[in-house]
Amino acid sequence: MKTPYLFAAFLVLPLAARADKLVIPANAPPAFEAECGACHLAFPPALLDAKGWRRVMTQLDNHYGDNAGLDDKTRQAIETFLVQNAGGDKVSGAPLAKGEPPRLTATPWFKRKHHEVPAKVWQDPKVKSPANCAACHRRAAAGSYREREIVMPDGRRWEEKEDD
Amino acid sequence: MRTAPFPILVLLVAPLMASVQAATPADLLKGYSAEARAQQAGFTPSAQRGAAFYARTFGVSAKMPACTSCHTADPAKAGRHVVTDKPIKPLAPAANPERFTDLAKADKWFGRNCKEVVGRDCTAAEKADFVAFVTGGR
Ligand code: HEC
Ligand code: HEC
Ligand code: HEC
Repeated sequence: MKTPYLFAAFLVLPLAARADKLVIPANAPPAFEAECGACHLAFPPALLDAKGWRRVMTQLDNHYGDNAGLDDKTRQAIETFLVQNAGGDKVSGAPLAKGEPPRLTATPWFKRKHHEVPAKVWQDPKVKSPANCAACHRRAAAGSYREREIVMPDGRRWEEKEDD
Repeated sequence: MRTAPFPILVLLVAPLMASVQAATPADLLKGYSAEARAQQAGFTPSAQRGAAFYARTFGVSAKMPACTSCHTADPAKAGRHVVTDKPIKPLAPAANPERFTDLAKADKWFGRNCKEVVGRDCTAAEKADFVAFVTGGR
């Protein structure tokens, strides 16, 4: 009688395990890592919805206070890739700051995943910005966000902190 | 065996393609200098002027007032992006041989960084001076 449940668990497990893995899909154009990874981590496309990525890509020369302008061909190739691999409802509806494209660190998903992180930690000089994933997720560049790899700016592991 | 000619073709063509793109910092310096001379007769690049430009606080952008904001006071040292904190490899070819070996890449970053720091495009003369400075005045 238990078999159906067990079976269901096996089906769900691989999906659940992926919550701490956010990799760049293999069909990324070579320009994606080179261009979108030059000033910050090349963010995984699943972190923003298609509408959000289109907004980001239409104003690259006015990019959160920086200039990330690209030639048309490269811009188009990257936009197509981002839109094709965009996330869904969970990562849409980020509130917009004036004149800025949407931030993937303002989506309901990002807020929920980080609700236990104290607000002042985001301003720590070693972090500077929530978008600096690698400041805490030591293996972010490899797409890994496992809890036991998290080291907070004070040098302590997140898991040890929780035990206090 | 029908596919054999293709790999052979690639092997023959690949080195040619690479040689078209490969440039040296000296090539870039020569190119920018020639461009500057066309605008200003008798121009010669100056590492000293390049150093002054590199160290100058333009103050156009509050967050990025100078080239040194991200590239540090010494172009042979690794820097950090002021806003995102991402490490940036040294600008000096002596410390990072990839630098100034691709004209399109150098132009793209001069374009972005000059606009946000200086508030306008850099002139060919400024670029020539800059390359003379980071390559150690040669
Ligand atoms: C010239 C530097 C530069 C380049 C190139 C660049 N970015 Fe950015 N990007 C920034 C800066 C600066 C920020 C603001 C970071 C902050 O406030 O923490 C930013 C922020 C972002 C954010 C919002 C992160 C957040 O706070 O939620 C997204 C999304 C983004 N970039 C996507 C891209 C994409 C896609 C590309 C490639 C087309 C790209 N960036 C290329 C400099 C750059
Ligand atoms: C200030 C440190 C910090 C920064 C910066 C940060 N995170 Fe996190 N993140 C955490 C902590 C702490 C947790 C675990 C929270 C918890 O246990 O409730 C977490 C959890 C996560 C999780 C959930 C992992 C799981 O096991 O389900 C993901 C995914 C994630 N972060 C992605 C990101 C991304 C992407 C960025 C950058 C855009 C980022 N984080 C920036 C500290 C940070
Ligand atoms: C906001 C941070 C920031 C500032 C300020 C800044 N740069 Fe850069 N610069 C970068 C980044 C990021 C790169 C690309 C990183 C890489 O290729 O590793 C770069 C690369 C370059 C390159 C490319 C060299 C090559 O061939 O690879 C040049 C040239 C350059 N910068 C010139 C300047 C000049 C001139 C100024 C001042 C007018 C300046 N930068 C100010 C962030 C900055």
